[in-house]
Amino acid sequence: MTATTPAGVSTAVESPPGGGWLSVLAYWMAVYKRVWKGTIISSFLAPLAYLAGMGIGLGSLIDSGERTAVEGVPYLAFVATGLLAAQAMQTGVGEATFPVMGAIKWHHTYEAMLATPLRVQDLVRGHVVYAAIRVATTVGVFAIVSIALGALSGWGVLGAVVFAILGGLAFAMPVYFYSCRVRSEQGYNVLSRFVIMPLFLFSGTFFPISQLPAWLEALAWVSPLTHAGALTRAAALGPGSPFVLDLGGYLLHIAYLLLWAVGGYLLGVRALRSRMGA
Amino acid sequence: MIKAVGLRKSFGDFTAVDGIDVEVAPGESFGFLGPNGAGKTSTMKIIGCTSPASGGTIRILGMDPASQASKIKARLGVVPQEDALDADLTVFENLLVYGRYFGLPRATVRARAEELLEFAQLVDKRDEIVEKLSGGMKRRLTIARGLINTPQIVLLDEPTTGLDPQARHILWDRLFRLKREGVTLVLTTHYMDEAEQLCDRLVVMDKGRIVAEGSPRALIAEHASREVLELRFDVADHAERAADVEGIGARVEVLADRLLLYVENGDVALEQVTARGVHPMSSLVRRASLEDVFLRLTGRSLIE
Ligand SMILES: Nc1ncnc2c1ncn2[C@@H]1O[C@H](COP(=O)(O)OP(=O)(O)OP(=O)(O)O)[C@@H](O)[C@H]1O
Ligand SMILES: [Mg+2]
Repeated sequence: MTATTPAGVSTAVESPPGGGWLSVLAYWMAVYKRVWKGTIISSFLAPLAYLAGMGIGLGSLIDSGERTAVEGVPYLAFVATGLLAAQAMQTGVGEATFPVMGAIKWHHTYEAMLATPLRVQDLVRGHVVYAAIRVATTVGVFAIVSIALGALSGWGVLGAVVFAILGGLAFAMPVYFYSCRVRSEQGYNVLSRFVIMPLFLFSGTFFPISQLPAWLEALAWVSPLTHAGALTRAAALGPGSPFVLDLGGYLLHIAYLLLWAVGGYLLGVRALRSRMGA
Repeated sequence: MIKAVGLRKSFGDFTAVDGIDVEVAPGESFGFLGPNGAGKTSTMKIIGCTSPASGGTIRILGMDPASQASKIKARLGVVPQEDALDADLTVFENLLVYGRYFGLPRATVRARAEELLEFAQLVDKRDEIVEKLSGGMKRRLTIARGLINTPQIVLLDEPTTGLDPQARHILWDRLFRLKREGVTLVLTTHYMDEAEQLCDRLVVMDKGRIVAEGSPRALIAEHASREVLELRFDVADHAERAADVEGIGARVEVLADRLLLYVENGDVALEQVTARGVHPMSSLVRRASLEDVFLRLTGRSLIE
């Protein structure tokens, strides 16, 4: 029941409950609509340059005739599937760093949201879904370009995109948790230099991790990116390739990624609650 | 509307709000007046259900923030000390996005947002990016945003701090209008004139405690005199001259740059001063204000 007074300001007698995570998602989408142009370079052109340079350039150099550098697949296809997962990681991490710190600290967005009926978990859920959408878009466009360049083909690419999104969340959620704990953007330098960059290089994106010394190879399996890459390759390169997985293999990799994503989410909710003093 | 008893808030060892009792009636304009660090924002955040109390009890609209925060917040309008607007979005988008946090239907929010643009005198800024607005416009937008859910209680934390006099008057006018419509206003301020303009009743806070309570008029009557005579001398330390005017009026207050004489009639008092052969560099007669009340209660100025 609302009554509107002459001055145009009405007084509610009964108000509905909050808008939940959907309204939080609507906020992030509205912001994204304003700034998407600025995100093009980092989330799309950079991996594209890798694909062209490493895949086509380097690939033509190291693949010779029948013998390919990575056994059983053209190097271009190997790198494209690796980059698909790596790009999902980059986007997931990107959306869980500065935007989150901004919402907590610089723009007081979360403070404003929490003054409404929204709960802390609504804020986190809305952000997860937003991050998933962002990862899906960049990875989706990247997949289309890979197909156009002849690097990948077939319906398996669709499955690879889905696995890449899961991999993206396996990074986004723990990093979200980190963002709730970290005090200044200095913390992101550490994250990018000592975590993300090494993972990008040593999780099988550009070369099979079997090339690494045994102890490093074991370490590489800790990285969610290794598992995401195993899944995107299995899905996109298919049964004919050395990257084929049986059902148990799929489930194991998926479970490992879910562990990071769900664990990160749960810790994120807790950390945000204490950070916001609620 | 709001009833708090023995309300406390501590951050570690530090106590920001130290056992305050507050009661706000429906339709009332209630103010927290106090200097920096008095605990005003901490109190507002407890009322706004965004920060739990460390002690005491509080009921808002008869509900307990500990268990019914979302329900309470659905009926509150919050204007925080920092605007917290979405700088990348337009004025209208800011209202739409915020309205959806309350789970209001899209059409309702749109209609309401148009109303509020009118109310906040921002109709011609509807599609402007918020970053480009002036401070006063941003503040009005923040207030409009806080009204999107047609709240019964509006919490305003320093609504006009940092605004120029004209912007402040526009804002006061808007707040008056809300008050006339029966909305309960709870506000904090450093400014005595603002408290005198807007508040039916207020508490003076200092170091987390309430040091006085009443209507602005009653507080002035109780803790100050009708008029104040301000005297400036050409001396480094005004305390030297305090003895010269002792006994004229109820009390003499020594400030860094002037003496304040609390008197019934300023002009008569000034004559008495000159009759004693004391000639100040300049003098001013004014009505007593809440600033004087604050000075009296704490021995310090409200604004350093
Ligand atoms: N999150 C916090 N952690 C630690 N101390 C805090 C925190 N928030 C406020 N304080 C302290 O509590 C005291 C009261 O702060 P509060 O913000 O309530 O004051 P205020 O009356 O609103 O002041 P101002 O007029 O400057 O806005 C201050 O000394 C402040 O430093
Ligand atoms: Mg404050």
